[in-house]
Amino acid sequence: MRKKVLAVVLAASMGLLLFAACNSADQNGKESSAESSQSVESSVAESSVAESSVEESSVAESSVEESTEVVEPEVKAMTYAEYAAAEVDDPVVIEAYVQANQSWWDGKLTVYAQDKDGAYFIYNMACASQEDADKLVPGTKIRVTGYKAEWAGEVEIAEDATYEIIAGDTYVAEPVDVTELLGTDALIEKQNQKVAFKGMTVESEALYKWDGSGKEGDDLYFNVSVNGNTYTFTVESYLCGADTEVYKTVKALKKGDVVDLEGFLYWYEGVNPHITAATVK
Amino acid sequence: MTGKRKSGKIRLTILMAAVSLSLLSLTGCHGSKGRAEFEVPKELDESRTFEITFWAKNDTNKTQTEIYQEAVRRFEEYYPNIHVNVRLYTNYGDIYNDVITNIATETTPNVCITYPDHIATYLTGSNTVVPLDSLFEDSRYGLGGKKVAFESVKREEIVPEFLEECTIGENIYAIPFMRSTEACYVNQTYVEKLGYELPDVLTWDFVWEVSEAAMKKDAKGNFVVNGQNVMIPFIYKSTDNMMIQMLRQKDWGYSDESGEIQIFNDQTASLLKTIAEHGKTKAFSTFKISSYPANFLNAGQCIFAVDSTAGATWMGSEAPLMDISADKVVSFKTAVRMVPQFDPEHPQMISQGPSVCVFNKADPQEVLASWLFAQYLLTDDVQIAYSGTEGYVPVTLKARNTQEYQDYLAKEGQDRKEHYDVKIKATKLLLENTQHTFVTPVFNGSASLRDAAGQLIENVVKSVRRKQTVDDKFIDKLYQDVISLYRLDQIGGTTETKKDLGPLPVTAKLLLGTLALVWICIITVSVARVLKNKAKDAKKNAK
Repeated sequence: MRKKVLAVVLAASMGLLLFAACNSADQNGKESSAESSQSVESSVAESSVAESSVEESSVAESSVEESTEVVEPEVKAMTYAEYAAAEVDDPVVIEAYVQANQSWWDGKLTVYAQDKDGAYFIYNMACASQEDADKLVPGTKIRVTGYKAEWAGEVEIAEDATYEIIAGDTYVAEPVDVTELLGTDALIEKQNQKVAFKGMTVESEALYKWDGSGKEGDDLYFNVSVNGNTYTFTVESYLCGADTEVYKTVKALKKGDVVDLEGFLYWYEGVNPHITAATVK
Repeated sequence: MTGKRKSGKIRLTILMAAVSLSLLSLTGCHGSKGRAEFEVPKELDESRTFEITFWAKNDTNKTQTEIYQEAVRRFEEYYPNIHVNVRLYTNYGDIYNDVITNIATETTPNVCITYPDHIATYLTGSNTVVPLDSLFEDSRYGLGGKKVAFESVKREEIVPEFLEECTIGENIYAIPFMRSTEACYVNQTYVEKLGYELPDVLTWDFVWEVSEAAMKKDAKGNFVVNGQNVMIPFIYKSTDNMMIQMLRQKDWGYSDESGEIQIFNDQTASLLKTIAEHGKTKAFSTFKISSYPANFLNAGQCIFAVDSTAGATWMGSEAPLMDISADKVVSFKTAVRMVPQFDPEHPQMISQGPSVCVFNKADPQEVLASWLFAQYLLTDDVQIAYSGTEGYVPVTLKARNTQEYQDYLAKEGQDRKEHYDVKIKATKLLLENTQHTFVTPVFNGSASLRDAAGQLIENVVKSVRRKQTVDDKFIDKLYQDVISLYRLDQIGGTTETKKDLGPLPVTAKLLLGTLALVWICIITVSVARVLKNKAKDAKKNAK
């Protein structure tokens, strides 16, 4: 009799245990999924702490996946003139066409973009993957939401701006010859644009880093002159690496060579173009 | 300097690399024996030839590169059978990243410039870095050892504070190579123009007050103090150091040796709110937000520029190194002061600068050869030459006391290159205040905490510039974001950020209750059986 009672008690206990365990697992599952959705929100919100809206971020990502879908923008994009007039640290929304990208790294991509009125340097824009970065081929129209910034004279859209691809028209800018603008106040109006410099004389051979302390694969710095003034130009290694034609050409330049150059009119405490093409005459 | 903002990628690389190493350490637990501990050989086998690699760092400074090459050349004269191949880097982050990658493939360099924070991560591997205690003490090849071919520095000739910084846990894992601190480079002309007298020791209150005073504009919108349309009175290069030093000066928590993180609290919040006030008026900014302090200082667009003493050659209107064109440089008197203080009577400033570690190898002879080269970096020739390239100080008393070095210091301001006054003033600042320097505790993850400390300031300043409100709610959210970004919740002992798990769920209580009930039943039945058996035995015995 006692054995029976014991068996019943044990069976009942085990049953309860089983029920509790199942229920607990179920609840834990719910808690864990609640937690994970919470953490998703938190990480999205995190990226938007100061720079971007959650909605924009997710819209950008989904539109990247379905790049053929036309997105109806909610906020009217600024014209280039409005962008140029905006104060540093103001929020900005622009639409422009990708001209080139630096190398993608861990969710960030630096983009050179331009429209028919002006150009934009979009520094470390949020970009989820290399696959997404690959979709931003030259000519692709993008809508960028972020904040205007200025770093060492370079006017840009600050780190962690978000973007979405806008399907439809494309535009690849032709380089504007700014040789005669070098040394003038008018040059800065072309900041970030795709530009050309004709008949520049090489004043010093290229250095790895600004003083030659670098190595193969680092940025190349070289001096060129025109109209009696000398300027420092750069082959930015994240834009044109050691295996590119321009890197090899610039590395081989000799003092006295005359070259035609193309690139983007980047600024660092004065004009400091990022060169993308070089032709020795 | 010049135009590059590649640090973002570098920092992320470090983070990724650190994570990789953490994973490596986990996988290493399963079946990996690791490398055997290093034991000092009795003799260096001079019949053999050794090829060793030295990963060095320069401050994008060609002279430093040449000094390394000269050091190698001279060392090889003493030891013709040891060939040193130098690989140069221009930032610590890249070295750290590459070392971590090479730990996995057992292809670390032999000798490497490093920071103790980084060594703490390298130590996650088994016997990766050689503890130097036995090498230090070895009477033949140790410091001052009788079989060392060159004039070896004795242990007591190394500045004790700097040697102490290389101790992690119970062992010494590095030798100091150079030391620097941060300095505040001041446009004294503008301070006086604003009606203030520059004190010997700056206080935070003074710097904030003068900075706000400098924001006054004229009717045309130009700043009164410089007549230009740009003025950022106070710029800090390394905001991680800024936060670390502020906390230390206040004697508020940062972290301890066990890796307990102590910064996410109201005390830090109070500092952040003050910084936010001045970020909002744009009287204060940072390198990441605005660019190099030196460029603004030299253009007359900054009054207080805080940067390393190892960057002194870029500071001042007569600096030998300059990133801005000559037409933008404004003439002014440059003063060099220690970083702002909360208590000027008891100043505190960070000690920084490169150290050297030796990596363990299967061949103890190779390690001994590496150690001899590492030790050579402490000789007077290397110490004096390298320290003169920037506002570094030699780490040996021996080098400091040489006539050559004393002459170098005495020639302060005699020229604008080797004896540039700002550089030598910055050097003297550290020489005269070594007793006021400190370092932060080193543990696996301390490098991430340092980044996080700076990120708090960066985010606050960036946000107020974008017209966001920095209040308690903002700071709570900021803390969560930064903890997550730098994975600080995965570092042990974060008591102040420990998550309150709350009361046990009902199901858990039911589960535990049931378990207790089952055990009670089992025990009851067992006891009943024992009693029953005893009763039976008693009956039998009675019969």
